[in-house]
Amino acid sequence: MNSSLFFDISAGAYIAAMITYVIYLVLRNHTAGLVASGITIFGFVSQTIALVIRWINSYDFWMSSHPMSGVVEALLRAAPLRNLYESLIFFVWSLILAHILVEFKYKNRSLGAFVTPIAAMALLFIDISGTTKEIQPLIPALQSNWLLFHVLLSFLGYAAFGVSFGAAAAYLIVVTESKKEIPYIIGSVIISIFIIVLIGMGIDFLSLSSAERAQLIQSHFLKSTLRSESGGVAALSWVLSLAFVFAVWQVGLRLKSVLGSLNLTHTMLDEIEYKSIAVGFPLFTIGGLIMGAIWANSAWGKYWTWDPKETWSLITWFVYALYLHARFVGGWRGKRVAILSIIGFVAVIFTYLGVNLVLSGLHAYGSG
Amino acid sequence: MENKEKKDIFESIWDFLASVKLAIFVLIILALSSIIGTIVEQKAEPAQNLALLSKFFGDSAAPTVYNIFAKLGFMDMYGSWWFTSFLVIFSVNLIVCSIDRFPKTWRIIKTPQKPLSANAIKSMPVKKELTFKVGLNTVKDEFLNVLKSSRYHVSEATEEGSVRLYTQKGRYARLAVYVVHLSIILIFIGAIIGIRYGFKGYLNLPEGSSSNVLYESPTKSIPLGFTVKCNWYETEYYDGSDTPKEFHSELVVIEDGREVLKKIIEVNDPLTYKGITFFQSNYGIMPNAVGQFAIDITPAGGQEKRLWLKFGDIFEIPGTGIRGRIHDFSPALTRDRNTGRLTSYSENMVNPAVAIEFMPPDGNSFTGWILKRYPETSKIPGGHSVKLGDYWGVEYTGLQVSKDPGVWLIYLASVLMCISLYICFFMSSKKIWIEITGDRKAVSVAVGGSTNRNRLNFESEIDRIVAHVSEAIEGRSKK
Ligand code: HEM
Repeated sequence: MNSSLFFDISAGAYIAAMITYVIYLVLRNHTAGLVASGITIFGFVSQTIALVIRWINSYDFWMSSHPMSGVVEALLRAAPLRNLYESLIFFVWSLILAHILVEFKYKNRSLGAFVTPIAAMALLFIDISGTTKEIQPLIPALQSNWLLFHVLLSFLGYAAFGVSFGAAAAYLIVVTESKKEIPYIIGSVIISIFIIVLIGMGIDFLSLSSAERAQLIQSHFLKSTLRSESGGVAALSWVLSLAFVFAVWQVGLRLKSVLGSLNLTHTMLDEIEYKSIAVGFPLFTIGGLIMGAIWANSAWGKYWTWDPKETWSLITWFVYALYLHARFVGGWRGKRVAILSIIGFVAVIFTYLGVNLVLSGLHAYGSG
Repeated sequence: MENKEKKDIFESIWDFLASVKLAIFVLIILALSSIIGTIVEQKAEPAQNLALLSKFFGDSAAPTVYNIFAKLGFMDMYGSWWFTSFLVIFSVNLIVCSIDRFPKTWRIIKTPQKPLSANAIKSMPVKKELTFKVGLNTVKDEFLNVLKSSRYHVSEATEEGSVRLYTQKGRYARLAVYVVHLSIILIFIGAIIGIRYGFKGYLNLPEGSSSNVLYESPTKSIPLGFTVKCNWYETEYYDGSDTPKEFHSELVVIEDGREVLKKIIEVNDPLTYKGITFFQSNYGIMPNAVGQFAIDITPAGGQEKRLWLKFGDIFEIPGTGIRGRIHDFSPALTRDRNTGRLTSYSENMVNPAVAIEFMPPDGNSFTGWILKRYPETSKIPGGHSVKLGDYWGVEYTGLQVSKDPGVWLIYLASVLMCISLYICFFMSSKKIWIEITGDRKAVSVAVGGSTNRNRLNFESEIDRIVAHVSEAIEGRSKK
């Protein structure tokens, strides 16, 4: 059986859910909210099935090349966390899981409008970045349980940070009084940049041949728009991007009254923002930093080499440590810490994608 | 502080080093400067960074920028004096801050909890008031029951017409942050021990050879204190592809002329002896080396036998009179798609193959290529099989060698950090006070509590306790 059908169904469901959540926000229609949650759960179930199928397929794949393996070893080696594609899928899965938990705990649906777009963007990114979806043989360095737990826990941590990011973005909108407030400006600019980069990559994708697409990030990243050879195209792209940032900044605050009327209070958002970090921080410390270091030590005898991937994980960790201290001891409150949560997630994305794609470090995922 | 105006110098330095503002500042600096180190290639050839810099600053400015960056230590940032200084400030900050705050936390933990009056309870962060139409002792007993089943150890103080209950749980959870901070310091100490008393190097060992040193750089060797020998090295590939499946080397440790340890190492599974660990890291071919072929011969229906042969050696398939001679070798045989000729597509032994000239007794000699990775090429006419087992003696195994006596401390600190982070975020220190006033017919109760974190959870816990008590009392009055 092939997992891609179920993956496609779940991707479609998440995008439909995102749209329905937004409709729910705008119309404040209870049914729309129910439908949005329903679609999300449907997508989640479908994605879970897809993950299980993929796991089974990789298990068979592993067994075919390692017939002497034990069942447990084969299951571990086959866990669908083996390359960029699988880890992104798993990230989306964890993010949606975290979102469903938050939705049930707080009995409030509106946060979905802020979390499902992250999932949709990640899925879109998978499709346009040209990362391979094949089940590939594992190279020797990746055949390690430490690596597996490292990836598993890191991505659960990233998902928690993603929820915090969504809550922080919603928080900023709820508490901002005027468009001129600096935290609001920073927040809206960062979110616009996400969207612009994704749109830019979409245009790259459409303008490339299917052979070139595999190299999209390495050689063609934003080359058809912002980094175009032709000065005119580049200039136009920059103007349009700036206009887009401006538009997001202008329109973003309109959501304020909408959110206010949905009982999405700033105390609740602030709490979700913090609690997600309280869950994500230990997961990321243990999974991202400690297990990563143990894996490196067991594979190369060096637990820390300051390679860009490690360093960016550390930077991410510093940002969230900063968040905790600024909040609990430094007396920072509200908007300032919300910005830190947003910056933290930017660091997460950079650790996760930017390093491979932009800085291309030593790590194995770079080739995936 | 009695004398607020004049803090002495020592005190202000101490306060500065203990301040969380400094921590925030240092964390920001460390994060920002680390970014530079991920962009500028570290410890690289100057040309690499010059090329990088000219992308940002143009060709003419790049050398100047390079020099400035080099002076600032950006080319080996994490080892630069100022980055190290910030790490030192960070540690000092962390230590001083913890020492500064610890006594206060310890006092909070150690100060015995006292009973509180209803009035004091009403000013607690979490509070509830209720009344019951039953006797004072009944209410007290129900509270004791419910609290006990939530694993609170309750103390009580009785006065005329009132009972005060008080209890706390998880007070030592307040120490968890100190353990988190301590584990960071332990990790630094572990790293320093590793740098000071350990080493990292490499060793390229050709098959069949041995060494009693490792290399930190091509010119600097360090004695191992024993001898390590590589029996053989092998790359295993996934079927039909050039994706490596595993790299193996068989290593032997020799001490005083005796073999003391033998292990086949692979990636993620090193060999350790006397604190020195050998990791499989890479491999390669030695230029101009001449090796020996391991050829496995099985006459039709007979036993397999391994022969060790050199170029030009003549062998016979036992009992058949067929003789063979090795006359060519390719480390990576392929057929060129354009010319149709056989060539090697790599220097490395990706697809090793030998060409053997077979000379049957009838004189009709023929030549065949035998590929190690394709067993079907080993069949020769007459049902015999001639397999290429290995071409031994031309590859070397690339080993990372390291000794790190600090690593156990780092692992210990990691475990500490996992546990203490968990406690820090998910356990709280909770205190509950209750005063029950009234007589044998009616009472009023004030319940209050405080916690150091997760206030909402604590509130619902108090709600639950009160609800259980009310239910139990109602159940009783119905009987
Ligand atoms: C990156 C390194 C650091 C990590 C991972 C870390 C971790 C933590 C954590 C998890 C907490 C608990 C936060 C909470 O209550 O939610 C905490 C609290 C605290 N940290 Fe750090 N910390 C770090 C560096 C520092 C430094 C350099 C200082 C120096 C001033 C510091 C001072 C404090 C203080 C004063 C508290 C509050 C303690 C209390 O509640 O009594 N931390 N830290």
